[in-house]
Amino acid sequence: MSFRLEPRANPSLALKLAVSLVAGLVALLLVAIPVLFAGGNPFSAYGLIIQGAFGSMFAFSETLNRATPLILTGLAAAVAFRARLWNIGAEGQLYIGALAAVLVGSGLFAMPPMLLIPTVMIAGFLAGGLMMVIPTMLKQRFGADEVVITLLLNFVVILFVQMLIEGPLKDPLSMGWPQSVPLLAEAKFDKLVPRLRMHWGLIVGLAAALLLWLMVRKTVLGFEIKAVGENRAAARFAGIPVNATMLKVALISGGLAGLAGVGEVAGVKGYLSADLSPGFGYSGIVVAMLAGLSPIGTVFAALFVAAMFVGADSMSRATGISNYLADLVVALSLLCVLVGGFFLRFRVRYERRPALAEGR
Amino acid sequence: MDVLIDIFGSANFWAAAVRIATPLIFGVLGALICERAGVLNLGIEGIFVAGAMAGWIAVYLGAGLWGGVLIAALAGAMFGLLHAVLTVILGLSQHVSGIGITLLATSLSYFTYRTALPSVTSPPRITPFQPISIPGLSDLPFIGPALFAQTPMTWLALVLVAVLAFVLYRTPLGLAIRAVGDNPASVEAQGLSVQGLRVGAVVAGSALMAVGGAFLTLSAFDAFFFGMVNGRGWICIALVVFASWQPGKALLGALLFGAFDAFQIRLQAEIGQIVPGQVFLMLPYLLSILALVVVARRADYPRALLQPWFKGQRH
Repeated sequence: MSFRLEPRANPSLALKLAVSLVAGLVALLLVAIPVLFAGGNPFSAYGLIIQGAFGSMFAFSETLNRATPLILTGLAAAVAFRARLWNIGAEGQLYIGALAAVLVGSGLFAMPPMLLIPTVMIAGFLAGGLMMVIPTMLKQRFGADEVVITLLLNFVVILFVQMLIEGPLKDPLSMGWPQSVPLLAEAKFDKLVPRLRMHWGLIVGLAAALLLWLMVRKTVLGFEIKAVGENRAAARFAGIPVNATMLKVALISGGLAGLAGVGEVAGVKGYLSADLSPGFGYSGIVVAMLAGLSPIGTVFAALFVAAMFVGADSMSRATGISNYLADLVVALSLLCVLVGGFFLRFRVRYERRPALAEGR
Repeated sequence: MDVLIDIFGSANFWAAAVRIATPLIFGVLGALICERAGVLNLGIEGIFVAGAMAGWIAVYLGAGLWGGVLIAALAGAMFGLLHAVLTVILGLSQHVSGIGITLLATSLSYFTYRTALPSVTSPPRITPFQPISIPGLSDLPFIGPALFAQTPMTWLALVLVAVLAFVLYRTPLGLAIRAVGDNPASVEAQGLSVQGLRVGAVVAGSALMAVGGAFLTLSAFDAFFFGMVNGRGWICIALVVFASWQPGKALLGALLFGAFDAFQIRLQAEIGQIVPGQVFLMLPYLLSILALVVVARRADYPRALLQPWFKGQRH
């Protein structure tokens, strides 16, 4: 018996779905080990996570609320990775988007209330987009690696935000807490259901997923992204404007992450603080990979990741097991779906020994 | 101007520069070994956290300080092995695997720390490495405090630079490691195992990264804090490009960086009234970005970096 690897040309949709589902399940199974290590019962922990994430209307609303920024940062990673642009800077782009939202939405500039929400969203999108366009231009102009630059920019942006909310943007009524001046009431997103925290940002996220799906499937830009992602040299040879395409991808990717920041400010907090995002940018990478970079899949992957975080919080309150368990599930599902990608690329065949060795 | 003279004239400044550089030396050397063998290891940030946590908790539970360093190295080697299996054996994306390793190592470290110490308000402390003071030499101006007021881990880092330079440039193993990152086909033609060399390099490099993390909890500080690594791993990835993958230049880069960081901390104390503190805290990251942009055009990346190799493949 021996193994043989055969390249698989086009994995079916069913296989892709199976890989993502199995990856999530394996990650959940693997965290049974740390749960046991922490002295808990894995099955009751799973039960509490599911109950905490979906057990009531309130719980489900919290999960959707948490999924909202993850859909957008997930889409940000998905569209960039499709073009093989390694945007690991969604965390910083999210904060810059949130900052732009506060700058235009807190009454510093006078404008008709009707225009506030669109302006806030456009400003957040452009600010986040610019934050990704810059490293992309540095890559094109100087050959500087965008991975490290976007990673390092995350730290720069968060310090920049801290500087502003402790300085010129600080809310004088915040009792000394470092938080920004609040958004005007007209700039805030409405709640979807009274008394529940989920807000219109969710609709924005779903619309973005749909638009991105249409873009990928039906537009010239979608085709160009595919070509650039598969083989940059061949795309250039075929006359596709590779640099321009990459810049468009950067703008869209950073912009989506910026919108995630707008949603957190306009839909959840109402102001900007340095703890706005518990790593939504980094989790977005996991969401995109779990979704196989599919825009529609991103919505479901974001729901899974959000459910883990919300469920683990409530599991942690009930059992005392650390809620870092959610981060473990998320990290493990990224590695599992990566391994799953191996089975999408290759078909593993078992073979009997070659005929000669069997003595025929 | 007086401010600058005060800063550069103080012995503390030079001691701090070398102290800040030490974890980076370990990290850059670790990243250098991985990348010389053709594997980008973005797990570095998480491996730093894992090394800091594992080393600290081992000492907290009663191991000796060097025992803690060893445990940290083992933890790093374990995550390195995982990264190597995914990227070298299975040939999967080095970017995604590295990010995954960082997320996994970080969350596993935080989870373990929380589980082992469920309800502590202030982090418990250990007795860290103490500076080795050599009578006579420690009193030399500048050089004295910079070199002879450091802990044994700094000495270990400096020795490792020389060892790594020797191994890379003067031994058959080093030749094989450099070749496997530049031209794996030639290595296979020699009858050596490309995948074996790469796995070994990633495991060894990751162990070094973790020792860099352990320096933070066993030498620079005496406790483990969440978020204490704070991008040091990513800075190492930038520094290794700046050092054009050479151990000597890696040392120089880390020392320059340490000097700059020590300088901004002192400058902050002097003119912090006028300029917000965050401006100074941003400088190290901005400097890393600048260094990366400046050297990028003539950076001589190992030619097979990011490219998986399957045994017997035709190229």
